[in-house]
Parts: sequence; C-alpha cells; structure tokens
Amino acid sequence: MNDNTESEQQGGSPGHEVRARLPGTFYRKPAPDQPNYVNPGDEIAAGDVVGLIEVMKTFHQVTAEHDGIAGEFLVGNESPVKAGQTLLVIGTG
Amino acid sequence: MGIGKLLVANRGEIAVRIIRAAKELGIGTVQVHSEADSHSLAVQLADEAVDIGPPVAAKSYLNAEALLAAAKATGADAVHPGYGFLAENADFADAVEAAGLVFIGPSGSVIRSMGDKASARQLAGRAGVPTVPGSDGRLEDPADAVPVAGRIGFPVMIKAAAGGGGRGIRIAGDADDLARLASEASAEALAAFGDGGLYLERMIENARHVEVQILGDGSDVVHCFERECSLQRRRQKVWEEAPSPALDGRTRQALCRSAVMLAASVGYRGAGTVEYLYDERTDEFFFIEMNTRIQVEHPVTELVTGIDLVAEQILVCAGEPLSLRQADIESRGHAIEVRINAEDPACDFLPNPGRITRLRLPGGPGVRFDHMLHQGCEVPPFYDSLLGKLIVWAGTRDRAIDRLKRAAGELCIEGIRTTAPLFPALADSREVRRARYHTNWLEGWLQDNVGSLSNGTGETS
Repeated sequence: MNDNTESEQQGGSPGHEVRARLPGTFYRKPAPDQPNYVNPGDEIAAGDVVGLIEVMKTFHQVTAEHDGIAGEFLVGNESPVKAGQTLLVIGTG
Repeated sequence: MGIGKLLVANRGEIAVRIIRAAKELGIGTVQVHSEADSHSLAVQLADEAVDIGPPVAAKSYLNAEALLAAAKATGADAVHPGYGFLAENADFADAVEAAGLVFIGPSGSVIRSMGDKASARQLAGRAGVPTVPGSDGRLEDPADAVPVAGRIGFPVMIKAAAGGGGRGIRIAGDADDLARLASEASAEALAAFGDGGLYLERMIENARHVEVQILGDGSDVVHCFERECSLQRRRQKVWEEAPSPALDGRTRQALCRSAVMLAASVGYRGAGTVEYLYDERTDEFFFIEMNTRIQVEHPVTELVTGIDLVAEQILVCAGEPLSLRQADIESRGHAIEVRINAEDPACDFLPNPGRITRLRLPGGPGVRFDHMLHQGCEVPPFYDSLLGKLIVWAGTRDRAIDRLKRAAGELCIEGIRTTAPLFPALADSREVRRARYHTNWLEGWLQDNVGSLSNGTGETS
C-alpha cells in the first residue's frame, strides 16, 4: 500500500516541482480521447493546466505555478497519487 | 433455485448492507475489493474476499471480466451489483447470466429499456404513467412552438434537439417570450450543432422529488410506498424521508399505483424505484425515470414498512415468488435518512479522504447507522464520498426530526471533515420543519448558512 515512488525527490532537482494538492487519480488529459495537456519539453506559463486529479468523483485542475519547460512526468496517466506527491518538474533554464 | 454463495460486486456501505442481508438468509458471501479496499469493513465481514485489481474503478469494480473470474474462482452462484458501478449496466447483467450465474436485478433487456430516456418515457406513456408534457418530438420550425406550448402549458423550456447536458436551455413564461426565444434558440442551435431543431417541455417550477419503491418477482409487482428526496445539492440527494410530507392519501395512491403499472408492464424482477417530479401547486406528478437497482435511500422505506428490501430483492431474483401481497404492506410512522459524506460543507463540499482517527456512532431508540467505517480506517480518494447514512424512525415527522438532531449530535467522526454538521442545522430550519422545500431549496439555504457548518473535526485535541 505504501508505494514510495521515485517522485519523492525533495529539493535538489533543478526547477519547480508541481505537486498534487489532493490525493486521488491523476490524469494528463481532459478526456480519454483528447491529447495531453502538456508533454515533456513543452513551454509552460504559470497558471497553465498540466493535469487533473480525480478525488471522490470530482475533478480538480493541477496548474503550474511558474513559467518554464516541462520535464518528464513522474506519475503515469490514470495513476493513484498522494497529497504532496510530485507530479512533474518544470525546468527553469 | 436457491443461492448458496453471493458475490458482492460493490464496495462501501452498500456492500456491508448486502453482506448482512445475505448472512441472515444463510447465504455465503464473497467480497471483491480493489487494492485500496483490502482492509474495508465489507472485506472484514464477508466470508471470503478476492482482490480484483488496482484502485481505479475502471480496473477493478468496473472490470466485468475480473468480477466474473472472482465468481468462478470462489464458486459463487449469484452476483449482487449494489448501486452505481455496474448495477445498471445491461451488458454486465447479460454477461452474469451467460456465465450461468444469478444477477440480483432485472434482466439486461429491462435495464436497457429503462436506461434509455426516450424508451422509458414511451413505456411510461403506454402504461398510463404521466410524463412531463412536451412537444413529443422535434419542432423543425420555431413558429410551431407557440401553438404546441398552448397545449403543454406555460412556462416551457426550449431545448435544442441536438443539444445536451442542459446546454442552451431557455425558459419562456408566455407566448410573446416564446416566439422571440424559440427563433433565437433555433438560430443558435443551427450555428452550434448544424441542426436548428427544437423541442419543448413544460417547466415544473419548484418541483418536489418523490419516488416509489417497488418489488417484483417477474409476474407480480407491489409498491412499498414513496420517499421524498427534494433536499438535493447539485442533483445529489442529501436528506430523504418517508412518507412524503407533501402528498395527500389520494395522490399517494395514484402515484404508487402508477409505479406498479409501469413495473408490471415490463414484467419487472427485483427491487426498483420509479422517480417523479411532483408539482405541489397543481397536485400533478410526472415520471422522470426508473432506477433498476436498490437505492442508497432504501432504508427509510424499510423503517416505515418493516420490509427487508435487500433480502426480498435477493430472494425474488433467485426465483422465489414475492413473500408479500400489497394488502400486507403498510406504512407506519416517519423515517428520515441523511447522508454522511467525506466532504467539507464549510469549504464548498471539498472532498476529504483520509484516515478516521476517532469514531463514535449514534444509537438508542429508532436509530440506524449504515456505514463503511471503523476506527483507524483509511477512506480512499478513488470512489464516491458516501461514508454512511444516519436513519431515524419515530411515530411522527416532528419526532423524527427531533430524533435526527439528537442522533446527529452523538455521531463523532474525527480525522476527516464530513457533512455531519449540516444536519442539526437543517433540523433547526423552519422550512425543513414545515416541509416547505423543493429541489432547488437546499442550495439557497446553503449559501445563507455556510457560516454555521464548520466541522472542527479535522484534528483531534
């Protein structure tokens, strides 16, 4: 049950971590038949939606708080996430 | 054809409810569960448990193959779908029967015909059940709207035939309004959907939601009277009661009889609910839809009639005749159910999964608490937020409200925020006490009373 994924990288990483504020299921796209909100390498502006978290059948947007370049996602589409878990790192340079 | 072992293809409080009914009938129980539910109360209470996959419902509770494999592996001979998940999935019902198992519900074809709105409306019309008056098909020319509305009655809702989800609905109060709004709506629908077709439906203002519980064995159908579920937030029921405080005896009888006629017209088997809008001003009721499953709010009916609906449902689906005749079924006193959800009413009902650190359950005369909780349990974020249902019974509606307030005060859930603080406040509301509400009433009340709904249970002291 206590799956410590590789996403628990505290500090150290170059850039800004986008974390899950709520526990639930993470989605990278608005609907199954639509493209991802963001792909690695995309330029991102603060306020951009990078994914959704489904919590108890309600959907909550995950937004970037900083401008930068999207790195690899540390959590797969439709994966369970915990509150505070890092989803993605936005590179600053 | 008796059932020896029942697979419970659901989770949460309804899984617990089904296990209890099965045990009392001497039926073995198999509880399937996702990885997130391996310590659930239902798993603890069932005779056997089978892990069917990851937390995401699509890979576990909605995975028909995994469910059927679990039934086969454990030798279960029946499947109870509960509510939600696959309960009203006709293909699943067919697959269960094709696997040689008993589906605790009606046949796939009955689920299919009631699941399709247009076909359900047609069946209701044929059974003589009133439906919301409408244009009965599309209007190609907006100019036709005014004469049609004269027959339906104002106010009317104008909907785009190609639209959906409430998009672009307009409301016309009189013929002048309608002439203007119909051409506007048609032009907009043409631009948006490439189809300017419209249809009209009478707008039932300040409607109440009433529903009739029925039981059928494939040939006979009985009703177990009605419930009223008008207190809703975002179309989710929050407080349900039986009987409806809005109906007189004559209307109640007509309503319940119409539900029986509809269910009998399709040879209904199992427990079902026929839902209506009730217009208090005109004393008219209109069919909305039929739910072909056991419902969350079934306990209020159980408390006023003394019938174990889940046990009856299992038995009739196993092929036994109804154990009750209509003349045996009486409604006594008043019952109220409120839903305890893992949501924070002071924070726009934000979902609040997490660990239950302290739990004190209500009790005493006339109190029932159907739930999925145990101290230290983890409420996962992957499923709906229903933790449990507080149900009370008393001889009169006033006494039931007093009892609800008393019992809600005994309930203590710490570690997560819940909707529990809502109910003492609602019990104190004059409109609730006088039963003066409709399906849009609660949202207005919540806006005015949000300040009094703080939980303070997020942390232990």
